Amino acid sequence: MSLADVFATARAESRAALVGYLPAGFPTVSGSKGYLRSMIDSGCDLLEIGLPFSDPVIDGPTIQAAAEQALSAGFRVRDLFDVVSSVADAGGRAVVMTYWNPVLRYGVDAFARDLAAAGGLGMITPDLIPDEADDWMAASEAHGLDRIFLVAPSSTSERIAMTARASSGFLYATAVMGVTGARDVVSSEAPELVARVREHTSIPVGVGLGVRSGAQAAEIAGFADGVIVGSAFVSAVAEGDSAVRALAADLAKGVRSAAAAV
Amino acid sequence: MGQFSPTPHDPDARGHFGPWGGRFVPEALIAAVDELATEYDKARVDPDFVNEFQRLLKDFAGRPSLLTEAPKFAEHAGTRVFLKREDLNHTGSHKINNVLGQALLTKRMGKKRVIAETGAGQHGVATATACALLGLDCVVYMGEVDTERQALNVARMRLLGAEVIPVKSGSRTLKDAINEALRDWVTNVDETHYLLGTAAGPHPFPLLVRDFHRIIGIEAREQILEKAGRLPDAVVACVGGGSNAIGIFHGFIDDADVRLIGVEPGGSGLDSGSHGATLTAGTPGSLHGAMSYVMQDEDGQITEAHSISAGLDYPGVGPEHSHLKDIGRAEYFPVTDAEAMEAFALLSRTEGIIPAIESSHALAGALKLGPSLGQDGLLVVNLSGRGDKDMDTAVKYFGLADGGQA
Repeated sequence: MSLADVFATARAESRAALVGYLPAGFPTVSGSKGYLRSMIDSGCDLLEIGLPFSDPVIDGPTIQAAAEQALSAGFRVRDLFDVVSSVADAGGRAVVMTYWNPVLRYGVDAFARDLAAAGGLGMITPDLIPDEADDWMAASEAHGLDRIFLVAPSSTSERIAMTARASSGFLYATAVMGVTGARDVVSSEAPELVARVREHTSIPVGVGLGVRSGAQAAEIAGFADGVIVGSAFVSAVAEGDSAVRALAADLAKGVRSAAAAV
Repeated sequence: MGQFSPTPHDPDARGHFGPWGGRFVPEALIAAVDELATEYDKARVDPDFVNEFQRLLKDFAGRPSLLTEAPKFAEHAGTRVFLKREDLNHTGSHKINNVLGQALLTKRMGKKRVIAETGAGQHGVATATACALLGLDCVVYMGEVDTERQALNVARMRLLGAEVIPVKSGSRTLKDAINEALRDWVTNVDETHYLLGTAAGPHPFPLLVRDFHRIIGIEAREQILEKAGRLPDAVVACVGGGSNAIGIFHGFIDDADVRLIGVEPGGSGLDSGSHGATLTAGTPGSLHGAMSYVMQDEDGQITEAHSISAGLDYPGVGPEHSHLKDIGRAEYFPVTDAEAMEAFALLSRTEGIIPAIESSHALAGALKLGPSLGQDGLLVVNLSGRGDKDMDTAVKYFGLADGGQA
């Protein structure tokens, strides 16, 4: 199943897809496999597996701390592919979200090759813009991976159009200007940004940054194709597996309780 | 040739110096760096901007800075040595050149809030100073470790009206202060300018920071021709992020016979793994918005730099230095903490000038290089800052409080 299928299935059910994020290796490599499995079982349509990085400049305190914990527990980049494999083996669909430097260091083509071999479907690149992505464009083509670039409320129409053209699978719309982290209310900038994106592309649009409850997920599902939840899952891990499952179930209910966007 | 004239060494339109530089930042920041690039392109050819900048350099910062011959220090170097006295600028280092330029740009863009990172505190103090002068709100991010080893500079910034935020994440030093400043910027970008302190980061920062510091090299070239009657054999500067070095290098970059030499922080020695010699021992990567040499492990995790000098304690370096290294126009080598501290004490004792520990790396580089040039050789060393801020370190290092002698 490809990313296009994930969103097509959700759309056919008149709902948004639920995308859940967790860093690989958090709290440990085997621990992250277990929690990701719980997220699949409890209603996540797609898993976004983070690669812990030493300098996570667009992450807030929750994900920063998780990355630090994973790295001090000895996480290595090769563990990422192991975690991706475990998700694929469990019947889940996974993309990787990573800062660019670890990919550069591994080798862009080698990283794409190993991600595809592990059963990963694509990569979200928060600090790589299409303008700098020639190597990744080639590697993703060669290995059949989707490229998920980001757009922001500050993006111009020209950049939204260009970024949409460079993307495949879905486009990641950051709901607010800021770093990752759960917030109480859905940004008013999000619906406007998604509307601007839709003027340029028919590619599915996922909205992330700040979502933590079923009610917020329902609100976003009213105008977007995917609801992306990160920091809230990281926080739930601290409370244990039942909290992770309960959060996923609440969010899964949320994405089903709004009329589909398109 | 004016300070803001385009040079054959400028990056391409997207900020690439060869394969280096560019923009490796979140899309959310692209509008801001585009706005900055557009504003700078206008400002650099706007006589009002250029005149106001030059007026502030002269009447506020105290430029031109002197070029001082250091004959007694030179006896130890075995060659003739002149010092470009950036330590005499207001706030005590070259940093004031860049902050005045960027603060003026901030006002042109109609922004009212400035954020900055600082390591040793020199850039933070300079930024707080420019913001006080020009009526801008100022927030400075500083690694918690650095706030402890540079407590006096924290006090100076607060006295100047800036808010200093200790950064408790990661290694709690300069790189983490930059991370936190970037997080603030992406959140508050509408009203905020990130006044980056070195010639690194996403385009256009490496270009404009360099241009604001080109005055160092322009002055030094005129002064050495007047005082020595010829160009130097080499220009020597310390390199952390590399802003003072790129500023003085550019005055001589088209003089093919003048060697450009960057001295990196060798910490406890390269073999110890405890150093900050990014160009000597690093590998290509992207950090804080640009492709450059970085210090990283085999997984691409950024490693911590170590230097006795907080201002050189950075695992990245400006992209133009990576380019100058690759094309062979500049040379880079490290000196250890011990060599830098020896040069620190030597200049103090022989010439009555207490240099910053950062600048002491350049002096130590001159001591190494001098004998190969001989008595007929001629060196210009960029004395990028003064050492008052480093007295705590010196007291501990030399045991000065216990009657010790450097």
